[in-house]
Amino acid sequence: MALNKFQIAQRIAQELQDGFYVNLGIGIPTLVANYIPIGINVVLQSENGLLGMGPFPIEGEEDADLINAGKQTITTLPGSSIFDSAMSFGMIRSGKINLTVLGAMEVSENGDIANWKIPGKMVKGMGGAMDLVASAKNIIVAMMHTSPSGESKLLKSCSLPLTGKNCVKKIVTDLAVIEITAHGFKLLERAAGVTIQEIQEKTKADLIIEGEIPEISL
Amino acid sequence: MNKLSKNADDAIKNITDGQTLMLGGFGLCGIPENCIAALVKKGIKNLTCISNNAGVDDFGIGLMLQKKQVKKMIASYVGENMEFERQLLSGELEVELIPQGTLATRCMAAGYGMPAIFTPAGVGTEVAEGKEIRTFDGKEYLLETAFEADFAIVKAWKGDRSGNLIYKDTARNFNPLMAMAAKTTIAEVEELVEDGELDPNFIHTPGIFVQHIFQGTGYEKRIEQRTVRKVAN
Repeated sequence: MALNKFQIAQRIAQELQDGFYVNLGIGIPTLVANYIPIGINVVLQSENGLLGMGPFPIEGEEDADLINAGKQTITTLPGSSIFDSAMSFGMIRSGKINLTVLGAMEVSENGDIANWKIPGKMVKGMGGAMDLVASAKNIIVAMMHTSPSGESKLLKSCSLPLTGKNCVKKIVTDLAVIEITAHGFKLLERAAGVTIQEIQEKTKADLIIEGEIPEISL
Repeated sequence: MNKLSKNADDAIKNITDGQTLMLGGFGLCGIPENCIAALVKKGIKNLTCISNNAGVDDFGIGLMLQKKQVKKMIASYVGENMEFERQLLSGELEVELIPQGTLATRCMAAGYGMPAIFTPAGVGTEVAEGKEIRTFDGKEYLLETAFEADFAIVKAWKGDRSGNLIYKDTARNFNPLMAMAAKTTIAEVEELVEDGELDPNFIHTPGIFVQHIFQGTGYEKRIEQRTVRKVAN
């Protein structure tokens, strides 16, 4: 059974370590906040200028002056801090953020990522994604393995305009957990009941397969 | 030295066609609502606007786009505005999309009196085209220049007659950076107080950076994504 988006988020949450400062992108990455393991304390950064992002406000307590990078109303927590946008990207560029989780349209076997533009079709802008991928020490991509039309999103090289080069370390999809190594995509785990053959068929690059590939456990 | 303007119309009276404006805010959070309304009313045209976003169709900078007042937009994310996308695809509007951190840092450089900065954001992408690349410690960086702007228009929570400003929550965002970065800065505030009422230890923007300040009125503070939870957890 392929994972759904909540299960992808749940698997990524297993990568969190106590004391991590984490930036979660829009979409599946945002869901990771719902699965932070008990006993692990992480601090969520929102690049519009908040460290220590809390949950959505209780109905009636939403405040237009307090939003996250997805423009959603949120709350602060005891220990939170607020800062301007230059300081926010200072935290990112200087490597203080331990983990960044992003969505992607394409990832290549050398860790390039494309997630901001479809020429002639989608003109939205890169927001903070280019800064994040250029500086983050540890980037995990959360995405579906294939596009809605069935095309692999894991490629030998990206066809869309890049957001960053050689930066993605790990990919968690509905089918697999894949590490990006110096030699390409290395299959680490597979979704329960999904065969290595199916993952390879849906990946437009060679997978490195060493030994037994365990099933993803949630 | 009197920095007090009567209202938004008074504060923006020296802005003319063809100038470059910085507008504070992230999404619709912390945007100078009063000054945008005054710019729309006055009908100033051919503006170059530097702002993280372009508002939504019927609010924020979107109001200026509707009136075709913007010649060029420099922003990092414009996904919430259909009219923007239409003007961009039809070639009516010139657009420069740049990484959000680069936008912030180019404002910062201007405010700190530095002509340029080096950033890794955009290396190996189309953002790097035509830019100088320098390698430090084995890693490549792009040379990005400080912005030059005629006016910065910012929104603060509280301000005093000396121009000192304090922002509230994430409405701070680009406001303090832009306040430092332009030749002339106009600040609209939710609450204008007498000198001495703000604690000098908690000023975000020192008054030296602000030339015009006024008490704003009728803030709508529209929320783009109203997300709530039902019960406390």
